[in-house]
Amino acid sequence: MTAATIVPGAARTLKNHVSLGQTVRNSFSMAWRGLLKIKRTPEQLVDVTVQPILFTVMFTYIFGGAIAGDAMNYLPFLLPGILVQTVITTSVVTGVQLREDMDKGVFDRFRSLPIARVAPLAGALLADTVRYGIATVLTFVAGYLMGYRPEAGLGGVLAAGLVVVVAAWSLSWIFAFFGVIARSAGSVQGISFLILFPLTFLSNAFVQADTMPDWLQWFVNINPVSHLVTAARGLTTGADVTGDLLATLLGAAVVVAVFAPLTVRAYMRRA
Amino acid sequence: MEHTTHSARGDWAIEADGLVKEFGRNRAVDGVDLRVATGSVYGVLGPNGAGKTTTISMLATLLRPDAGSARIFGHDVQREAQIVRQLIGVTGQYASVDETLSATENLVLFSRLLGLGRRDARRKAGELLEEFGLAEAAKRPLKQFSGGMRRRLDLAASLIAQPPLIFLDEPTTGLDPRTRAQMWETIRRLVSTGSTVLLTTQYLDEADQLADRIAVIDRGHVVAEGTGDELKASVGESSLQLRLVEPRDLGDAQAAIERVLGVHATASPEAARLTAPMQDADLVAELLVAFRDAGIHLAELSVQKPTLDEVFLTLTGHTAEPDTADDEASSTGLELELEGSRA
Repeated sequence: MTAATIVPGAARTLKNHVSLGQTVRNSFSMAWRGLLKIKRTPEQLVDVTVQPILFTVMFTYIFGGAIAGDAMNYLPFLLPGILVQTVITTSVVTGVQLREDMDKGVFDRFRSLPIARVAPLAGALLADTVRYGIATVLTFVAGYLMGYRPEAGLGGVLAAGLVVVVAAWSLSWIFAFFGVIARSAGSVQGISFLILFPLTFLSNAFVQADTMPDWLQWFVNINPVSHLVTAARGLTTGADVTGDLLATLLGAAVVVAVFAPLTVRAYMRRA
Repeated sequence: MEHTTHSARGDWAIEADGLVKEFGRNRAVDGVDLRVATGSVYGVLGPNGAGKTTTISMLATLLRPDAGSARIFGHDVQREAQIVRQLIGVTGQYASVDETLSATENLVLFSRLLGLGRRDARRKAGELLEEFGLAEAAKRPLKQFSGGMRRRLDLAASLIAQPPLIFLDEPTTGLDPRTRAQMWETIRRLVSTGSTVLLTTQYLDEADQLADRIAVIDRGHVVAEGTGDELKASVGESSLQLRLVEPRDLGDAQAAIERVLGVHATASPEAARLTAPMQDADLVAELLVAFRDAGIHLAELSVQKPTLDEVFLTLTGHTAEPDTADDEASSTGLELELEGSRA
């Protein structure tokens, strides 16, 4: 149509594999689509805009006095915890939206294109880091407005934010997996919340672990979320948290190493 | 259209042998063989749930066949899937474009995915929108698009890479007659540039109008294959149409036709109408005598060249109308999802 003639199929030389470079390019194109979708439906951002502000304000003033004497003493302890809780909860949305997306006709086209098979997944996950970024920034901004001044300064805040975003991105592979195998978006939300709620609350995100009964302390101390919270807290206060940081990053890497192949395989197998 | 001159290589755009796909206990596709010549338009004709979409999905690497094999320009759809994807464009039954993006954004996205640079992608999107008469609507959200506009955008998206083989799954289902005629025009233009097109349709006249060869598919089987004329010839040169004065005579009339012409006449009771294939015109005189003897009175008698509707009726024993009680309804998977969203 645009061209006068079409190169015959038999006369083309073609490769049967996708290069790494193409995989990265395809994933970025899909991420661009994800960002356009966020732009088109800003109401989907409620969870990363309203929630961090609301939770920071609420938790600080409700629990601050009881836990740390007053709100301002509690804030430096709470903020990294709230940050972790908010951003990790946000990563559930990745799975929910992936499910919704895969039910649409456009996914059939993606699968018929000569692109990297993993690109629609990787792109969606990549675009979601922007959501985590928004949640991170708003949590810190809300804290700053309430008088939060972390000892480690902007550098510490940036490092903590980065670690949390990386961890959330890794976890989003788990929810992406649920998204791929689940029947409906609603069930993804259900399963994911069932897992996340105990994980985020049975941690040191909101209170010191040593105030809890022994059996609970045991769980809180092995809970990966606690390591993440400790790492983020340490980075903002300037404490040495190398151990927790390494544990967090290692855990994140393990999650990705396990769930990325699982998710991709489940995704490919789906008709 | 000529489809006799092929080079030694690439004679066949599509070769499918014994394709089978099961969804649970339902064999949606049950041993489909196809040969589609390069440069031709091939029509796959069948009612809802016949297995058309499932067949296309297997040929387009979207579904893995449970048995059988298929090659696109000589490349195996399973072993060389990534090569096959570089040779095909797929336009689904329901617009496979992103509803949340604008028309331009959709085409830019697909162009980028196909390896075009930022500027080339924009240019390509602009060209295609112009060509498909969508330039004015380029920035509008897709939610405001009519069915015809969506279908055109969908087709445009399939043509970005100028694939030598294009699958069109029911390209005109649900379109009004004018939009349908435009779509036909677009498909004809496509073929004139050297593309091979495989289209599925429930509309018999559509296959007759567009396709060089037609496969009639029913319940996962190819029940007939040939040119439109060959298919028509296979049910006899012409058909005899009768309308009775008394609808209650239908049964007797059917029996008389069975006896005299030796063929089964199809009845449509509400109109007291009978249709029967007619091989030998001489026998009609005897049939009329038989009617007079039996006291059956005719309101109307005519002889018609066969339509593909009658071909279908003769080949499958039922009409090509969508069959709601079809066992497809109990299946799962792609076909069902597509069927379901039509209702």
